[in-house]
Amino acid sequence: MTIMGIKITFWRVVFVVIMVLGLYSTYVRYLQGLGAVSNMNDNFPWGLWIGFDCLCGIMLAAGGFVVTGAVYIFHVERLHCIVRSTVLTAFLGYVLFIVGLLFDLGRPWFIWHQLVYMNFHSVMFEVGMCVMTYTTVLFFEFLPNVLERFNLHAPIRWVKKIYPILIILGILLSTLHQSSLGSLFLIVPEKMNPFWATPALPFFFFLSAIACGLAMTIFESTLSSRAFGRGLERSVLTELGGALYVVLWVIALLRVEDYVNRGIVKSIFQPSYEAYFLWAELAMAFAIPLFILSFKAARKSPTMLYIASLSTILGFVTNRLNVAMTSMETWIGHHYLPKWTEVSITLMICAMGFFCFSLAVNYLPIFEDEHSEKHEPAPLIPIAEQTLVH
Amino acid sequence: MSKAILYDATLCIGCKQCEGACAEQNKLPYDDKIAGETLQSEHKYTVVLTQNDRYMRRLCQHCNEPACASVCPVGAFHKTKEGPVVYDVWKCIGCRYCMLACAFSQPKYQWGKLNPRVTKCIMCPDRVQAGKPTACAEACPTGATKFGERDDLIAEAKDRLRQNPGTYIDEIYGLTEVGGTSVFLLSPVPFEDYGLPKLAKIGDKPLPEYTGRVMELMPDFIPLWALILGGVYWVSNRRAEVAEVEAEERALRGEK
Repeated sequence: MTIMGIKITFWRVVFVVIMVLGLYSTYVRYLQGLGAVSNMNDNFPWGLWIGFDCLCGIMLAAGGFVVTGAVYIFHVERLHCIVRSTVLTAFLGYVLFIVGLLFDLGRPWFIWHQLVYMNFHSVMFEVGMCVMTYTTVLFFEFLPNVLERFNLHAPIRWVKKIYPILIILGILLSTLHQSSLGSLFLIVPEKMNPFWATPALPFFFFLSAIACGLAMTIFESTLSSRAFGRGLERSVLTELGGALYVVLWVIALLRVEDYVNRGIVKSIFQPSYEAYFLWAELAMAFAIPLFILSFKAARKSPTMLYIASLSTILGFVTNRLNVAMTSMETWIGHHYLPKWTEVSITLMICAMGFFCFSLAVNYLPIFEDEHSEKHEPAPLIPIAEQTLVH
Repeated sequence: MSKAILYDATLCIGCKQCEGACAEQNKLPYDDKIAGETLQSEHKYTVVLTQNDRYMRRLCQHCNEPACASVCPVGAFHKTKEGPVVYDVWKCIGCRYCMLACAFSQPKYQWGKLNPRVTKCIMCPDRVQAGKPTACAEACPTGATKFGERDDLIAEAKDRLRQNPGTYIDEIYGLTEVGGTSVFLLSPVPFEDYGLPKLAKIGDKPLPEYTGRVMELMPDFIPLWALILGGVYWVSNRRAEVAEVEAEERALRGEK
C-alpha cells in the first residue's frame, strides 16, 4: 500500500505508533514531572529507565569493545568484516543511553555538574565519566564511516593513526564502567535478595556484558542480513557462537561457585517469588543457549545461533532487571510495575536506535568493507580505486 | 564537638509537636491531614508513628559515614563536623542514587515537581551552628526528643538503660548501626516493628566501605590493565608485521 508516495509497511506503522505514544509520554515527563509519567515513588526511586535503558542498554552495546578488542588487540582478522556494524551499534547504544538518562534524571539540565562537582568516592561518578569518555571514543571509532562517505581521506588517516589508542582506551573504559554498573548495587547488600546480593556483582556484570556483546553481534548481524539483504557471514557467526558458548560456561560455573560459597544453593530450588524470577533468568541466560550451542550443527545454523543469542540477551536482561528491581521488592514490601508511559519512552528510545541504524546502513559504508573484500572479485576493481577504498 | 539527637519512646506522648516544629522550620505546610500521614515524604521530614499507644519517631539518622554522601556523583550531601548530614540542592542532578543507597530510606523525592529536589531531615544545621537545639527538640514538651553533645547523649542513654531494666529493649538504636549515627533511639518494643532495619541486617560497618573496597582498586587497576592491553596489542601487531615481511620475502625469492 502506498499513501502520498510513501510505502506503508507493517514495521513503519509500528514505528509511527511507538513514536507518537513516546512523544506524548515525553510531553508528560517534561511538563508534569517524573511522578506523573512513571510508577517510580519514594519506595522505588529507580524503575524501568535505570533497570532497562541504562543497565541493559550499556550491556547490549558491549559488542563494540568485545569485537574491536578481538580484531585490533588480538588480531582476530576473521571478525574484521563486522567491526563497523558493531561499532555503529555501540555508538548508537551509548548515545541512546544518554538520551534515556535525560528522561530519568530529575534535573537533566544540570547533568554537566558531573564535570564540575566530582565525588571520587561515588561509583555513579565513575560510571558517568567512563560513559562520557567512551561515547567520545566511539564517536572517533565511528567517524571514518562518515569521512569515507564524503571522500575526506586526510582526516581518516589521522583517525587511523590513533586507532590503536582509541581501541585500548575503549576496552579500558568499558571494563571499568561495565563492571561498575554492578558495583552500584554493592552498597545495598541488606536490601537485596541473596540470589543477587553478591560481592562478585561487578565481575558478573562485566562477564555478562561480554556474553551479551557477542550475542548482540550475532543477533544484529542476522537481523541486518535479512533486512538489508547482505550476505550472512556464516563462518564468522559460527566463530562468535563458539566464543559465546565458552563465555556462557565460564559465567555459569562462576555463578555456581558463588552460590556454593555463600551457601544458598538449597534456597535456589525452593519455590519463592524471587526464585521464579531467578529460574527464568537462569533458563534463558544459560540452560537454553548452552544446550543449543553444545551441538556443532547448531553452531553452524544461523537460525539456531539466532535463537541462542536471543535467549542469552533476554536472560541477561532479566538478570539485570532482577538485580535492580526484583531483588529489592521484599525489603521494600511493594511490587513495582512500570507505567505504560514509562514503557512507551523505553520503546521510543529503542525504535530510535533501529531507525538510526537503518539510516546509517543506507547512507554510510557500514557493510562496504566486506563487499569490497569478499563479494566482489578483486581483479575487477582498478588499483587506483582499491587504494581509495582502504 | 559533634551533636546528636536522643529520642526516648517511653517519654513520648505522641503530641506531634516535633512534626509541626519541623514543618515550620523547613517552611513546609502542616495541618491535621498532614499530621495524620504516617509516611515520611517530600513535605514530611519526620513522623511520629503510633502502635498500641506506643510511639516511635522516624527521621534521618545522620550516619557518621553516610551512604548518601558517598554515592552522590556530584557530592550534593556531606556530613558536617557538627553532626548534621546536609544537602546542596544546587549540585543535585536528580539521579536518586541516595534514595536507593540509604539503609533507613530517609531521602524522599518531589515526584510532582519539574525541578525536583531530594528532601530529608537535615538536623537544622543553621540552628545547630548557632548553638541552638533543633526545632523538634526545642518543641518537645516532655524531653522525649533531646538535643545535645553526642558523647553526653550516649552516656545518658546508657544510664537510662541501666537504671530502668525491663523498661527498654536493651539497645541504643543508631549507636553502632552502619558504623554509628547521630540520632539515637530508645524503645520498649523492637525497632523493626516501626520499619527500622535490624542491626543484624544492616550491620555495624559503614555502608560506603562496600563500594570503597572496589573503588580503591581503580588507581592500581587502570594502569595495569592499560599496560596489559597495550602489550598484547604490540605483540600481536608485531607478529602480523613479521608475517607480512616474511611473506614478501618469500614472494621475492619466488617461493610459493
